[in-house]
Amino acid sequence: MDAEAAKLVGAGFAAIGAGMAAIGVGNVFGSFLEGALRNPGAADGQQGRLFIGFAAAELLGLLAFVVAMILIFVA
Amino acid sequence: MAAGGGKIDPMHQFTVQTLWDGFTIGGQQIAFTNSALWMCITVVVLWLFMLGGMRGAAVPGRWQMAVEGATRFIDNMLAANVGPEGKRYVPYVFSLFMFILFANLLGLLPLGVVGVHPFTFTSHFTVTGVLAILSFSIVLIVGFARHGLHFFSLFVPHGTPAWLLPLIPLIEFVSFMVRPFSLALRLFVAMTAGHVLLEVLSGFVINSGNAGLGLGLGVGIPSFLLMIGICALELLVSAIQAYVFALLTSLYINDAVNLH
Repeated sequence: MDAEAAKLVGAGFAAIGAGMAAIGVGNVFGSFLEGALRNPGAADGQQGRLFIGFAAAELLGLLAFVVAMILIFVA
Repeated sequence: MAAGGGKIDPMHQFTVQTLWDGFTIGGQQIAFTNSALWMCITVVVLWLFMLGGMRGAAVPGRWQMAVEGATRFIDNMLAANVGPEGKRYVPYVFSLFMFILFANLLGLLPLGVVGVHPFTFTSHFTVTGVLAILSFSIVLIVGFARHGLHFFSLFVPHGTPAWLLPLIPLIEFVSFMVRPFSLALRLFVAMTAGHVLLEVLSGFVINSGNAGLGLGLGVGIPSFLLMIGICALELLVSAIQAYVFALLTSLYINDAVNLH
């Protein structure tokens, strides 16, 4: 495999990271909804924490995207 | 934006173009670019939005309600995350939130239809990096001004077992220093990824439309419908990213003000 092809394959593999982050983000919102339906009164107070968890999970997926972009355009 | 040869270059939309050559300082050209132009437009639009809502009528109209709702939103966020001390940081966090929100939304405007291409300057690491460094330096300045060298106790959370003492400060230090990068990277990548996705989908629509009726109907129409959905998602992402930036800034300010 020459270097150019390896780069593109690597960028494709980085998409796995984006899919993993999708699982993580879905987990965050799913768990929040589960808890919120059990105790709707407490849900509004936890919105800040919901978005902190979302931001942390999402960042890793975005990093996977950065890896792909670096492989395609920079490396 | 369609490059020649039927191939759509999704990165072309992020090119910084010089609109006015400007002047040189120390061999470095200081030019007025489309990035700077859209920053100015964002500030003007934000200014008009605020000006229209700050009439202070006793019975607020819709516009005033919108502005007051936005300020109350940030006010509540800082009160919840920082406490009573947080009131002093409302102007900064509010400006940050509204500037990023307006920049993201203005960058999504479908002005390409009339030939003007909006430039999302939040899709550039330099811009978001400066915003993140601004937040980070406020955290450092406030932290050291309020607590002096005691600020370093941030790196040793309460109740750390003695045998973890050599390790925890190191980890906390790394996680502290990585904050400006994660803050800037998140906004920049989220905006870049969304715009690339829209560009790729519009490339599908254009190329399949050119390829004939069958492909145009089979690929173009579903892509176009997907694009509409993604546009709605992008509006949501614009707001969420602005919110997350403001939220994390207020959390970091909380660290500086109240330590752990």
